[in-house]
Amino acid sequence: MTDGRILAQALRDPVTIARLEPAGWTALLAIARAEQLIGTLAHRLEGLPMPGAAARILADARASAAQGRTAALWEAEMARRALAPLGMPVILLKGTAYAAAGLAAGTGRSIGDLDILVPRARFDDAEAALLAAGWEWVKPDPYDDRYYRRWMHELPPLIHRERDRMIDVHHTILPLTARITPDADALIADSVALANGLRVLSPEDMLCHAAAHLMADGDLAGGMRNLWDVHCLIEEFGVAGLEKRAAHHGLGSAVARAARHAHDLYGTAIPESWCMWDSRDPLYRRRILARDGWGRPTRKLTRLGFYIRSHAIRMPPAMLARHLFIKWRREA
Amino acid sequence: MRHLTHLRIGPIGFRVGSDWRGPIAALENLYRDYPAPEDGIPDFNVHLFAARPWRRLLRPSVHIGGDFVIPDAAPLPLAQGLLAAEMGMNLQMALGQRRFLLLHASAVERDGQALLMTGMSGAGKSTLAALLMARGWRLMGDEFALLDPATGLIHGFPRLISLKNEAIAVLERALPKARFGPVLKGTPKGTIRHLVPDARAIAAMAEPAVPKLILFPNYGFAAAERAVPPSETFVRLTQASTNYVALAERGFDALTRLVQTIPARALDYPDTATALTQVERLWEAA
Amino acid sequence: MTRYRAAAPETLRVVPLDALTLIYHRASGITHIVDSPVPEILEVLAARPLAEPELMARLSERFELVDADAAALTARLDELVATGLVERLCAI
Repeated sequence: MTDGRILAQALRDPVTIARLEPAGWTALLAIARAEQLIGTLAHRLEGLPMPGAAARILADARASAAQGRTAALWEAEMARRALAPLGMPVILLKGTAYAAAGLAAGTGRSIGDLDILVPRARFDDAEAALLAAGWEWVKPDPYDDRYYRRWMHELPPLIHRERDRMIDVHHTILPLTARITPDADALIADSVALANGLRVLSPEDMLCHAAAHLMADGDLAGGMRNLWDVHCLIEEFGVAGLEKRAAHHGLGSAVARAARHAHDLYGTAIPESWCMWDSRDPLYRRRILARDGWGRPTRKLTRLGFYIRSHAIRMPPAMLARHLFIKWRREA
Repeated sequence: MRHLTHLRIGPIGFRVGSDWRGPIAALENLYRDYPAPEDGIPDFNVHLFAARPWRRLLRPSVHIGGDFVIPDAAPLPLAQGLLAAEMGMNLQMALGQRRFLLLHASAVERDGQALLMTGMSGAGKSTLAALLMARGWRLMGDEFALLDPATGLIHGFPRLISLKNEAIAVLERALPKARFGPVLKGTPKGTIRHLVPDARAIAAMAEPAVPKLILFPNYGFAAAERAVPPSETFVRLTQASTNYVALAERGFDALTRLVQTIPARALDYPDTATALTQVERLWEAA
Repeated sequence: MTRYRAAAPETLRVVPLDALTLIYHRASGITHIVDSPVPEILEVLAARPLAEPELMARLSERFELVDADAAALTARLDELVATGLVERLCAI
């Protein structure tokens, strides 16, 4: 049965692609596309001997990722210009951050919307500045707007009028439970400045954020890419101070689970003691790898199980609202 | 998706999977003389699937998916499964093509040079391309022309020619011995019938051509011609390209070079006979 | 005083055509379709950031602009800032 393992193996150990038959290549490329990892794969496999068709498809993927990166960094720059006069720290998150900071996690990465973190106290100022600079609400509706602001840790999504690109402004990273929330002040205090004045999270906080996203995003969609981010970050920065920082944010178990799944899929170097699996890990693994040879999602029952689980456990109303909001946005 | 087939159109390989045998059988029949994807590895995958397992048999409705998708696209009835497959392949090209700059234009070739005809749906570019094929031009494509940024050459994408409504009878008369697909009634665009490109178009599909002339045909007006300046050609071609932005600077270079080196004419025509005469004359003069 | 800085010349591919000028902005990947006085403004601002009055003076001098209208220049600069081809620098 083909599943995501074929992709994990190629990323983990690129030389093994030499064994692939055309059918294997076909499945690998389809799954990589579906998991938004084809740019990453293309960089990992660059220069290795492979059939001409595969080489061309992967060259296209590298070019595509490069263009996406340019566009993403430009969004960050335009946000910087809009917010610079306000003198607040503006922290890039996720893919844009990896690219802006020149991290391994950014190589070939597909980057979606721009996510930034600003101090909660400056939220209104940030909103006003972005609106003045050409961003507008995706779905201006007074009821949703109020609900969103009250329950969410971010502004309702903004889209730029001319460039048609979205920006999500957060004041903290995903809280996993109502009781334990990440320390937003510490995230900002320990952030790192880039040459242009924008900032990124510290390496430990980046890992906490990646892990939080993986575990908190109800149905674990995009798990393979999230875990590749975790893998790259750990390979680049190691795990010194990670356990302590994760505990401080209340994300200890999320980070531990993310680390051991990254180790399982990609061979990330983590301490021996972190490798112990619990009873739920096999199910997580099944869910993360649930793709067929066409790249379509499989293992519906497992996925449904995760979706229900994420609703059952104290899923903040935020998550639900966010999913619904995003769903409405897509239907617009 | 239990049924599948592979095919190559121009430089692009596809794998098409389907929950039903019908669309695959239609593809295998009409594309029977086309080669397989290079190295057996397709560039894109198309999925023709039922929304729910029981919808495979009960009021079967074909949803179109693939590597690249438009969410919530309307499905087609199974009787139009071939159309769904064609739309699926088009969609992969429109959303996912990154090597070539995609021009929404028909293209025909003579003496190693390409004539590009571009414009909105209904302007007549598919019909004119098919009629030029009937007159001995090599058909490169009726919907997409591929511009290679590295070389400036045009590559063909000779998929099944999509004829609509009145154009169907015109081509049936012009090419009585040609292979046609089934008549598909009640599609979103009216009645559609596919015409298989001739043997020459298929045999030469891998041969690019040097662009020589760009035409903007416009059906249903008194015969008239106008030179189109490069600035206007550039703007209209970017509007007609789905991947111009994605190709970044390579796309910019390729397109600016094209509009600065190749003449462009707008062509109003009342009927295809007049158009064909105009085209031949403009070609000689270019 | 507010000054305006243009995108560095090496980030711009400028192709003048018949009726208009195309500008590919490498940093953004955006193709801009512009007309006078935009290419001229970008050229004058290429050397160093300028405030509006000085920009106006340079433009008038260099290109013999007939209608030296300050309001029009402000409007053009606002548009250019929105596109990202020009950055507004506020002295803090």
